[in-house]
Parts: sequence; structure tokens; C-alpha cells
Amino acid sequence: MMSKIVRTQANFLYPFILIFGFYIVAHGHLTPGGGFQGGAVIATGIALVIVAYGYDRVKSWIKKSTLTATESIGLLCFILTAFIGLSTSFFYNFLANSGLLFGDKVSYGANPGYLNTAGTLPIMNLAVGVEVLGGLGVILMYMLSYGKEVSK
Amino acid sequence: MRNILMLIVFLTIISFFMYVAINPGDFNSQTGEHFVFGSPKFTDMDNYFIHNAQNQTGANNVVTSIVFDYRGFDTLGEASVLFTAVLGVGLALRLLRGDKK
Repeated sequence: MMSKIVRTQANFLYPFILIFGFYIVAHGHLTPGGGFQGGAVIATGIALVIVAYGYDRVKSWIKKSTLTATESIGLLCFILTAFIGLSTSFFYNFLANSGLLFGDKVSYGANPGYLNTAGTLPIMNLAVGVEVLGGLGVILMYMLSYGKEVSK
Repeated sequence: MRNILMLIVFLTIISFFMYVAINPGDFNSQTGEHFVFGSPKFTDMDNYFIHNAQNQTGANNVVTSIVFDYRGFDTLGEASVLFTAVLGVGLALRLLRGDKK
């Protein structure tokens, strides 16, 4: 566990890092970034909390099994979204320009950018973001739990 | 020996950057495009993506529309690489821990 200054800073910064990461994931089809980058940003938030509070205390807040399940669910959602479009082809964007969820049309050229567009892309971005956050988080937890045993 | 090798690598990279810095490149005065490494030979595919990606997928970000839609299979491979990496880390660290006990 680090000093009180570091813990206070971590408490202050943690929600902002999470919000920024989810912003990158949710706006993946409008701005630079996407699932992989946003998931990595969220994982840095988890890393900050682990560094500030130490593995022993974080262990009871964030469970390894939860992170593993998160990762698997993300990958499964990604593959399932790809499979739903199978009636035309694998990875077919069946929601784009359909008027349903994320189905608005976009005019060619520069425009302000609307969230309710791009069909399956936001869903896949979210799935990949959840997968990357779980994967990097569980790698961190594994490495720290092993490092703790070595230092004993 | 090792220093000489590092010097050769360093000089190669530096000469590459110097070439890029000095080289005026191709400048297309009609479209205003500037290519430092010479203009590309084949631009059919680039133009197709740039002109059709917004209409076909509805995404403003053409890169994301390529990564997740046109080349979605590649991204599936990337995601499974990350999954395999997590599996490998877990397996290796568990094995290491088992050896110690």
C-alpha cells in the first residue's frame, strides 16, 4: 500500500480514467480509438488502483474470476455478433442503414458525427473493449499475485 | 564488435530519417496531396474505402469500419490472440507457483 497522497490521487483519478476509457470505446465509430485502445485505458485505471492500494486489498474488490468471465463474455459477444449476419456473410453489418438500433444513415463527407449510426460496429467495439479490459486486468492480477509470493 | 554493430544500425536509421527530411517527395498540385515516399502506384482500394465506407457502414471513422467490418475476420484473430495470451500467462504463472511448493 502506498502513501495517503497516492491513494487520494488514485481515488480522484480512477472515475475519470474509467469515463475516458468508456468514451473511447463508445465513440469508436466516430473518433480515433476503439475497443482495443479504450479497453487498455480502462485497464490502466485498474492498474492505478492496484498500485495505490496493493494487491492484498484489491484482491477482495476485484476478483480474478470476474475478470476472466468478463473477458470470455466479451469475446463470445464479438463472435455472436459476427454469426448473426451469417445469412449474408460472416461479419455482415446487418444493422447499418436499417433504421433500427445504431441504424441511422450518414451523409457522405464531413459531419458532426452521430452516436446512433454504424450498425454492428459499436456493439463489436463494446464487446472488444470489455474483452481487452478483462484480459489486461487478469494479466495484471496474475503477475501481481505471483510477485507477492516471490517477495515473501 | 557490439558497438560497431549498434553504430551501423544507428547510422542506417539516421540516414533514413535524413533522407525523408531532405527528400521533397511528390507534390500533386491539382489535388494538393503531398507524398514523402513517392505517390502510391495503386490507389483503387483506398479510393473505394474512402468513398463508400460512410454509405455502406454508416461509420464516420473509416479505419474502424475497415477493422471491424470489411476486415472483421482479422480482428477476430486479434481478439483470440489476446485471449490466448491471457491463457498463457495464467498457465505459466500457475506452473511456476506449483514448482515452488
